[in-house]
Amino acid sequence: MMRRGFVQGRSEADTPVRAICEVMARRREGAYWQLSFSSPEIADRARPGQFVEIAVGSPGALLRRPFSIARVSRQGAFASTVDVVFDAHGPGTEWLTSLDVHDLVDVVGPLGTAFPLPQRKVSCLLIGGGYGAAPMYFLADELARQGLRADMIIGAASQERILSAIEAKRISASVTFTTEDGTLGERGRVTDVLEDVARSCRTGVVYACGPNPMLRAVSERCRELELPVQVAVEEHMACGVGVCFTCVMPVRAKDGRVRMKRSCIEGPVFNGARIAWDETRWRNEPDVLDDEPDEQPVQRLTDAELWGEG
Amino acid sequence: MPDVRRIDPNVVDTARDTGIPVDDVELAVELAGIALDNPITTASGCFASGAEIDRFYDVTELGAVVVKSITLEPREGLPTPRMAETPSGMLNAIGLQNPGIDAWLERDLPWLQGRGAKVIASLAGKSVEEYREVARRLRGRGAVVGLEVNLSCPNVEHRGLVFACSPDQSAQVVAAVAEEADVPVFAKLTSDVTDIVTVARSVTDAGADGLTLINTLLGMSIDPETGRPRLSNVYGGLSGPAIRPVAVRNVHQVATALPDVPIIGCGGVRTVADVVEFTRAGATAVAVGTSTFVDPFVGQTLVAELRSWLARRGIRTITELRGKVVA
Repeated sequence: MMRRGFVQGRSEADTPVRAICEVMARRREGAYWQLSFSSPEIADRARPGQFVEIAVGSPGALLRRPFSIARVSRQGAFASTVDVVFDAHGPGTEWLTSLDVHDLVDVVGPLGTAFPLPQRKVSCLLIGGGYGAAPMYFLADELARQGLRADMIIGAASQERILSAIEAKRISASVTFTTEDGTLGERGRVTDVLEDVARSCRTGVVYACGPNPMLRAVSERCRELELPVQVAVEEHMACGVGVCFTCVMPVRAKDGRVRMKRSCIEGPVFNGARIAWDETRWRNEPDVLDDEPDEQPVQRLTDAELWGEG
Repeated sequence: MPDVRRIDPNVVDTARDTGIPVDDVELAVELAGIALDNPITTASGCFASGAEIDRFYDVTELGAVVVKSITLEPREGLPTPRMAETPSGMLNAIGLQNPGIDAWLERDLPWLQGRGAKVIASLAGKSVEEYREVARRLRGRGAVVGLEVNLSCPNVEHRGLVFACSPDQSAQVVAAVAEEADVPVFAKLTSDVTDIVTVARSVTDAGADGLTLINTLLGMSIDPETGRPRLSNVYGGLSGPAIRPVAVRNVHQVATALPDVPIIGCGGVRTVADVVEFTRAGATAVAVGTSTFVDPFVGQTLVAELRSWLARRGIRTITELRGKVVA
């Protein structure tokens, strides 16, 4: 049986590990759940945009579930923790909500590419949709550490699906909320306010994370505004480590050819301008909202939540 | 000690230790003339080219690395969604995404060779001539110790081309590959046939030195709410623990009928108990597939645990268990 504190992996700082981690906190976060678990090894290695894969114990669940890292706290020897945010909408995530403090979870991470940080002193705009906003809090922390200005747009279907509104206000130079039903901030979508916010904040680079249709809309808006954009995508994912080829995204290479890139190892962070959105799976599908199975392997806002029902 | 909420599938070994020192256990096997340090290999398509998992542990600890199937031309594969989780398994429809033989030889093989891995190259194609050409280009490549002919990928454009459903077509492909090959040739078969022994006989008569049993089973999953298939390709290959009893049955059937043909057992291997089960059914080596998706360290863990499992029981070599099914 696995021992508490069990860690498997190489010692290099940039390689992922597998760790049996102690749950330090589990709480409601609006409509979502937040889980904090103790893992100095993962916390010390993690960078914004990366994710972890957590084994779930629900009956019949074979595969791990990926969760982007919402925040890490590096507190020294006692308990460096990693936070993830998720929506309980399938047996795997339901199981996670049943965990108690001091329970153990089996985690592999950190995985995937991180958001590249600006090499110049530019003003950054961070856009998050639903609980897809989670890594934006980690990124905002990192940008603050670098002395860079970060503004935020956080959008969702309704107020209770806006992630950590108070935290967003605390951490950013400015924050604009958008909700589909108008219960908080501007009524509408993140792209409705993107241009005005980018202009007033003198934005130099945009980061976004949320459901793929939102990322597509943000990427296209940024192209019109000639703003560089980095997005963390969601795709169905089995392994999370680059071997199963299920989570591919069509990405245009410099030679103009579109290649299927693995979101888990060559992403999840991609240059939004490089993704061949027209070649993604929702092409020619009249209703993207119905395309998602109940249990989303990538734990971010479902299309329905962000874009509204029907 | 807090309650462990997830039951680790590596079953606690309750055998009373009456055994021998772990260091006295010999895991080495001979697989159709290939000397392997241990019987644990990867299953094609579940390990990419090797470098991905080498971030986690040294892949040369495995007996051999069976790489993702290589075709003559590069392939981008099928649209997403390519995966659906099912009870105790998963469906995939990747569509043989791979860089093509030339890029693989230029980039991936030198890396594996540099690490010192023993490579079993899996090859696929749309025609007998394509298989032959890929096999020809794999000649004389030092690290390649064997070829595995993927006759049974379910995710090809024309399912009529699942060669392994036809004993004759399978034999033609294997004969073409065997003519070109300078290393042992393994034919990977599907269980989606009326009688796997007939196909096994056909390909070994045509020149296969060994068999890999089994590939994924063709399956389907439909979203009950939307009515849509969960895979863009509608059908996909079922893998994982769900298929293990089928795979063990196939290994046993073929090993009983063709006792001299070495078999790589494959299908839902997760624990050391599964490795022993396949060995008892008649497998010489055991390939680990979907479990790597669940635990990237599983290959390394199995090598270590197999040694101690045998030591506790006083078994000095893994080969002592091969084909040992008690009536």
